[in-house]
Amino acid sequence: MVDHARAESAGPRSIGRAVVYGLLILVALYYLAPLFVMLATSVKSLDEIRSGSLVSLPARVSFDAWSKAWGSACTGADCSGLKGNFWNSVRFVLPAVVISSLIGAFNGYVLTLWRFRGSDALFTLLLVGCFIPFQVVLLPMAQTLGWLGLANTTTGLVFVHVVYGLAFTTLFFRNFYVSIPEEMVKAARIDGAGFFIIFWRIILPLSPPIIVVCFIWQFTQIWNDFLFGVVFSSGERQPITVALNNLVNTSTAVKEYNVDMAAAIIAAMPTLVLYVVAGKYFVRGLTAGSVKG
Amino acid sequence: MGALSIRNVVKRFGETTILKRISLEVGDGEFVILVGPSGCGKSTLLNMIAGLDTTTEGEIAIGGRVVNDLPPKDRDIAMVFQSYALYPTMNVRENILFGLRIRKTKPRQMEAALARVAKTLQMEHLLERKPSQLSGGQRQRVAMGRALARDPALFLFDEPLSNLDAKLRVDMRTEIKLLHERVGKTIVYVTHDQIEAMTLGDRIVVMKEGEIRQVGTPQQVYGDPADLFVAGFIGSPSMNFVRCRVEVRDHRPGAVLRDETGEFFVPAPPDVAGLDAMAGADVILGLRPEQITDKDPYTGSNPHLVQRTTQIEMVQPTGPDTLVIIRLNDMPVTCRVHPDTEARAGHALDLVFDVSKLVFFDPGTEKRIR
Repeated sequence: MVDHARAESAGPRSIGRAVVYGLLILVALYYLAPLFVMLATSVKSLDEIRSGSLVSLPARVSFDAWSKAWGSACTGADCSGLKGNFWNSVRFVLPAVVISSLIGAFNGYVLTLWRFRGSDALFTLLLVGCFIPFQVVLLPMAQTLGWLGLANTTTGLVFVHVVYGLAFTTLFFRNFYVSIPEEMVKAARIDGAGFFIIFWRIILPLSPPIIVVCFIWQFTQIWNDFLFGVVFSSGERQPITVALNNLVNTSTAVKEYNVDMAAAIIAAMPTLVLYVVAGKYFVRGLTAGSVKG
Repeated sequence: MGALSIRNVVKRFGETTILKRISLEVGDGEFVILVGPSGCGKSTLLNMIAGLDTTTEGEIAIGGRVVNDLPPKDRDIAMVFQSYALYPTMNVRENILFGLRIRKTKPRQMEAALARVAKTLQMEHLLERKPSQLSGGQRQRVAMGRALARDPALFLFDEPLSNLDAKLRVDMRTEIKLLHERVGKTIVYVTHDQIEAMTLGDRIVVMKEGEIRQVGTPQQVYGDPADLFVAGFIGSPSMNFVRCRVEVRDHRPGAVLRDETGEFFVPAPPDVAGLDAMAGADVILGLRPEQITDKDPYTGSNPHLVQRTTQIEMVQPTGPDTLVIIRLNDMPVTCRVHPDTEARAGHALDLVFDVSKLVFFDPGTEKRIR
């Protein structure tokens, strides 16, 4: 009797759950489909791509397209693949991420724990920076880079991304540090620590959760950026996003879909890997913030 | 030479004056409490002593040395905060030694300081833990240990027990008092809790709205309050205030009280000379709950008793005492009777008023009439 009742009540619920799971799986498949197509296409030969279907599994797996995209694909007359541009990106993304995060941490520290007259107004102004579209700053930035003698250099590109990223990194760190009790800074001051020692020895060691968030965010933003890259760099110094675009748009006799797909995956790989490795810290860091003393 | 001198200190934020000419001398080894409601300026004063806040006017001297322009680290002070303010990423040992390390103390001295502090506070077993692994009371002990490690001339406590639950607060109160007796250091302690002030302090400084209202021993501020505010702030349950008329009967001034059965007269203590000239005027009479009690214990030994049988409005047993609310001059008045006394709301109770400690206040200025 009891079992019967339980079976009855479990019935509709498990049906409901099956519907939910089914729906979720369907959506996930739909979402993953492009990735699958890209992966599959990148390991097919051109013949197979032309004759077979878009979604079919490759008959024979070949990484020729990958090595071509990496090392010998042609953009115009230049046939050295994406590898140069990949390292270009690494070279300016890493410093830009590290510098903008450090300055953001410093800004956040000052804006929360060493408030001064007008610090809130300054923070509001910085926030506005988050909402300024890229296009608006292009011309003034080009002018500034020219004055600074940084036009068309890696340093210039780092500079652009640091300046643009500051608004976001400051926001991250400021909102994280707001929950640190001011008394901790007072205690440190009485203990004899100065402005920089407090930052370095007490505040920064508290910050790994938000540092991870800031790194991932900034890395993704800067790595994926196309507009600044295309405007403020040219030729050999171009980042991978710009090179990918050039590669795909190069009009040669045959459209090499497998090479295009491999190139696209290579361009997206660092951010993908970053999310897989550090994704859970990202979520944790976003929800963290309370530093109970 | 005093451990701490505060001379004519003023603090202003723009137009608002937070502290209005505060002067206070604290002796060596004294335990002084700054107490008052929130917004009275006590924490600001403490921050100014610490050097965390600037002084608008006046002078602060620690150990005879004027410290107005010295940063906190050079004032030879240590401070314990309400939120403990421990460094979360450091363990207890590092927390305690941080100040010494910043000052580049020799390792051997640091070890000695750590051993001394850990022994004093009995927390040798906690040294490797992080603050997050400690209970509230333990965190507070670590915060005190951090203060003790540097062996400063002056300890500042900023509401250190406010974050603890009621029972732990009582335990830590005892511990702080014992600590003071053991190390004999000068302590300035800020609290809004008058019980903490009464139980801990050698002297209590009662503050309100940026002014010192009274400075005295716990007995002085309790038994001999300077004004209406101090009288009402110190003591729990607080002092009863009854507005009444002054009359002179048998050549003695006193107050006329009225309960539901009629008027009766309570003579003022003989030393209240200021009342003689006030016959017919209104004053505020202050009497503590324990000065109105049931008949039993006073079988005629005290000459300053007035007996009265009065209707009970409400009864609140607290365990050791029972609080009985009666009504005098249309004001609720709390009396403290023995827990065994048969007291029920709506019934009459024989009460005796101990009039030897009555206090009177001017209703206009709120000052004591002496």
